Amino acid sequence: MIAPKDETRIGVYVCHCGTNISAVIDVEALAEFARGLPQVALARDYKYMCSDPGQELIKQDIVDKKLNRIVVAACSPLLHEATFRRVAEDAGLNPFLVQMANIREQVAWVTDDPVDALAKAKAHVAAAVRRVSKHEPLERRSVDVTPRVLVVGGGIAGIQASLTLAEAGKEVILVEREPSIGGHMSMFDKTFPTLDCAACILTPKMTAVKDERNIRLLTYSEIESVEGAVGNYKVKVRRKARYISEEKCVGCMACIDQCVFTKPKFPNEYDQGLGLRKPVYMPFPQAVPPVPIIDPETCLQLSKGKCKQNCVEACGERGAVLLDQEDTIEEFEVGAIIVATGFKAFDPSVMPYYGYGRLPNVYTSLEVERLVNAAGPTGGKLVLRDGSVPKRVVIVHCVGSRDKNYHTYCSRVCCMYSLKLAHLVKEKTDAEIYNCYIDMRTSGKGFEEFYNRVQDEGVHFIRGKVGDISLVPPENGEQSNRMTIQVDDTLLGKVRNFDVDMVILAVGLEPQPDTDDVRRMFGMSCSTEGFFLEKHPKLAPVNTANDGVFLAGVCQGVKDIPDTVAQADAAAAKALALIDRGTFELEPNTAVIDEDNCSGCRICNNLCPYDAIEYDEEKEVSRVIPELCKGCGTCVAACPAGVITGVHFTNDQIFAEIEGMLFDAMPDLLAV
Amino acid sequence: MSDETFEPKIVGFMCNWCSYTASDLAGTARMKHAPNVRIIRVMCSGRVDPTFVLKAFSLGADAVLIAGCHPGDCHYQNQNYKTIRRHAMLKYILPQMGIEPERIRLVWASAAEGQILADAIDKLSEDVRKLGPLRWADNWEENGERLEALESIVKEHEEAMEVQP
Amino acid sequence: MSEKPKGKMAFYWAASCGGCEIAVLQVDAKILDIAAAFDIVFWPCATDGKTRDVEKLADGEIDVCLFNGAIRTSEQEYMARLLRKKSKVLIAFGSCSQEGGIPGLANLSNRKEIFDTVYKENSATFPENPDDLRPQHETEMPEGTLYLPVFYDTVKTLDQTVEVDYYLPGCPPEGDNIWAAVTAILEGKLPDPGSVIGAHSTVCDECKRIRTEKKIKKFYRTWEIKPDPDTCLLEQGLLCCGIATRAGCGALCPEVNSPCIGCQGANEGVQDFGARLISALASVIDSEDPEEIDQIIKDGIPDPIGTFYRFSLAKSLLRRKKQTV
Repeated sequence: MIAPKDETRIGVYVCHCGTNISAVIDVEALAEFARGLPQVALARDYKYMCSDPGQELIKQDIVDKKLNRIVVAACSPLLHEATFRRVAEDAGLNPFLVQMANIREQVAWVTDDPVDALAKAKAHVAAAVRRVSKHEPLERRSVDVTPRVLVVGGGIAGIQASLTLAEAGKEVILVEREPSIGGHMSMFDKTFPTLDCAACILTPKMTAVKDERNIRLLTYSEIESVEGAVGNYKVKVRRKARYISEEKCVGCMACIDQCVFTKPKFPNEYDQGLGLRKPVYMPFPQAVPPVPIIDPETCLQLSKGKCKQNCVEACGERGAVLLDQEDTIEEFEVGAIIVATGFKAFDPSVMPYYGYGRLPNVYTSLEVERLVNAAGPTGGKLVLRDGSVPKRVVIVHCVGSRDKNYHTYCSRVCCMYSLKLAHLVKEKTDAEIYNCYIDMRTSGKGFEEFYNRVQDEGVHFIRGKVGDISLVPPENGEQSNRMTIQVDDTLLGKVRNFDVDMVILAVGLEPQPDTDDVRRMFGMSCSTEGFFLEKHPKLAPVNTANDGVFLAGVCQGVKDIPDTVAQADAAAAKALALIDRGTFELEPNTAVIDEDNCSGCRICNNLCPYDAIEYDEEKEVSRVIPELCKGCGTCVAACPAGVITGVHFTNDQIFAEIEGMLFDAMPDLLAV
Repeated sequence: MSDETFEPKIVGFMCNWCSYTASDLAGTARMKHAPNVRIIRVMCSGRVDPTFVLKAFSLGADAVLIAGCHPGDCHYQNQNYKTIRRHAMLKYILPQMGIEPERIRLVWASAAEGQILADAIDKLSEDVRKLGPLRWADNWEENGERLEALESIVKEHEEAMEVQP
Repeated sequence: MSEKPKGKMAFYWAASCGGCEIAVLQVDAKILDIAAAFDIVFWPCATDGKTRDVEKLADGEIDVCLFNGAIRTSEQEYMARLLRKKSKVLIAFGSCSQEGGIPGLANLSNRKEIFDTVYKENSATFPENPDDLRPQHETEMPEGTLYLPVFYDTVKTLDQTVEVDYYLPGCPPEGDNIWAAVTAILEGKLPDPGSVIGAHSTVCDECKRIRTEKKIKKFYRTWEIKPDPDTCLLEQGLLCCGIATRAGCGALCPEVNSPCIGCQGANEGVQDFGARLISALASVIDSEDPEEIDQIIKDGIPDPIGTFYRFSLAKSLLRRKKQTV
């Protein structure tokens, strides 16, 4: 018998996924159930549907058994829908005639009882079968991609990504909110475990950014808004008033010399407040761009409206000092975005028992980075606030990390930077150094060797969490700043107390405080810890849920410099792949208005956040602009006349799915 | 079916970006939960037409779960606010039809909140187990005497028929 | 005069107000054309005729039957089945037969509740019924057994009872539309069976009011405001069902400053009229605060089912209120 040409013939493929599915779900029974469903021409179960032989099986059946619809009951469509669509396409079937039933993540892995699991799996399969019979062949649309990339954040991640893209000949807009690029890395003295000088390896890269013609560097700037979609984003950047023209300034710093404040008076943010600066200042000597900035809070002219304005005079004819400068907004069109917004160091002042902010000689690791840095506030001399050199130093590990009261995750870099600081402090002061750790985590390349080296250098290691830090009681009526450390030494099995004159808190890394705003702006999600969520933890570690937005550096999760650089290059490669190809294929699941029957009621007009619905005043109908539609389906659900169709998510398709899901509530549904 | 063994059948609509991903995450992390919610993927909770909810009830669902991104976190900016309003409207209307408002539930779960979603599924399943079955299809069972009455009309008319065929 | 033999036409009136019977006359003088083309074999409202006359007809002998009214008693069901059997084309005429209409709102209660209201609690009937007598299906009398039709708990549409070929929407259907249907029958140009004879758009298409974009902060009852005659009533906060209601009436109600109440039913392809209104209106409520949203809905829509399903409850996905067993 020859089947009619338009007869629906569905093939159902039940995947064992090794034993991931078959250990819980009776896959043979499920295939048998599928065989009994209307329009199902065949149903098979197989060990790994996504494997080559599995894919081949489907392709062969499409050809040999004249299948024209495919249901794969396996893992989540978010994982393998693309795979099976491609399989269909290879066999000459429109890829949209495929539907997956999620029986792994949503059934096998979350259900204990095999009977329950089989019932739920049957519902998912019945739904997929009924739905796929309503599928229509669809064509993907493609959009042109603007060959330009926005990089947000000018730390090492953003710098690396920008340089790689520029090297490939692509235009880059690099936006940094601080007055200079460099990020946290530029604050460090040395880097672990090789002890190469951070500035020596970073500064050339910063300069390269400045000199690279393909990079447009916007420092002291923030993203105002992002519109559009993959391939074509419109980005507004707020260029905050720096009061010194980047174009005219040559970095002579005469304005700083001549400022009415003859001595630096205000805490320098870059030095973690340990050093001082004037209202007009260079953030740090290697700053890029090498242009000073005027802080409007402390500048007399800008805050009080009254000053001799020596700086203006000092600049003279060059006229680079612009005390009346205002914020400006610049607009850019980019095809891809790399988010590299970095992290914030954990603020330990919320842990009163560590005394940070209360005891003068308790420092954070980042402060100590500045103290040991030759370009830092002490010129690289490790001295306490009173100018004395510490003789006994304790480094407290896991401050804010691995602590259920703050962050449960391990910050990954603290063990290693603590070893590095131990080494540096030892080198500079010959002090006795104690590391109080929970576990030493030294799993990177050359890390364990470095650990051994620092141990050999005579640094002490105490396995235990520091419980309390308090001032040593006054001796002879005199109160010193020496402190007593109380630590529960888990190797000795007793509480130890000893005195030190410097405490370094190895603070963890945490998401930037404005993570939520940034996430929303770029249409991303966050993990529970607050770091930006990658599309897949293993297979798409730099992609996000937003197709044109990629991640680099610690904003995605804690990592050290080498990992950050590697990820930045990965993100650059992903962005490059997108813009270099020049086009991007869009999913066809947009909304379509049947203009002939649209009454022009205008209910839908206000619903679209992308302004994808336009109203034709003349014809009095509404219309969807397919390039702008992102396929959420909200207008489809809202249309009171029912004349908007959500392509690939039509009412009939979803009704069919509901019917299938309730196959056992209304058994007569099984009969066509 | 006795009430002790009643296991509710629940249709869940989940948005592609947050809640469906959360549901997958619950799977990946093996967070076991009640098997009662059968999951339909939509791109956004804003696609959930009240018709879908009514359809599910009419076809025998004991409850409907709608899960989306947290307000303010919608992948499509603010479409889930439309979901909030439609859900509010449905919750207001369904009691007039004799359906407990607890049978339609809106929950938010970000892509990272597999546990929240799993807990919400457990909670809804438990709540509906207590409410008992809805069995909407039985709701317009014909009156017992209906067929009898129809037959009696036919009989009556035949008896009264004075004309020969 | 045509050589063609005259066709046979029937009308019937089930659970409805009778307006549909009068609406037939809206075709004006064309009624004569109808009379010329068809013999009216059965029309209890206008001509003398008995059920047994219909019973005597051969199956399919009636060419067209226009059936108005919903089905809520055994007698109506019997007549629906009978006329279905005897008619080639059965048309659900008007909203009651198509989607239950106003009688369909009885599905918010059941027979007992309705009888309690009518025979016990209603101040007009109660004093005359001190013994709480209720209609009985069978009553034994000296002359023999008397039968009253059985009153159903649930009002049904015509197509929930028998197969229906076409639908003429409206409460009542518009003259032009009736004539269009008759013409189609006469010319043998009927659409696919199962179709609604009418527009595929909604009332806004015919409404001349100016529409801009919709944002609703408060729903008003009709007596609360005096609407501007030129702008969209919904945009003024009046719950106008025109957005969801099938066109074909010429926007009669909005034309006279009164919001559409949805008598022409849902647009083509729509499964549940009320859900369309619920979804559309909820979408344009201008608030993102859950409490305020609840308040706007509660304050503005005191009787949601009566508002969203005024004519279509029996045909809706849920059909009726949950019966407590």
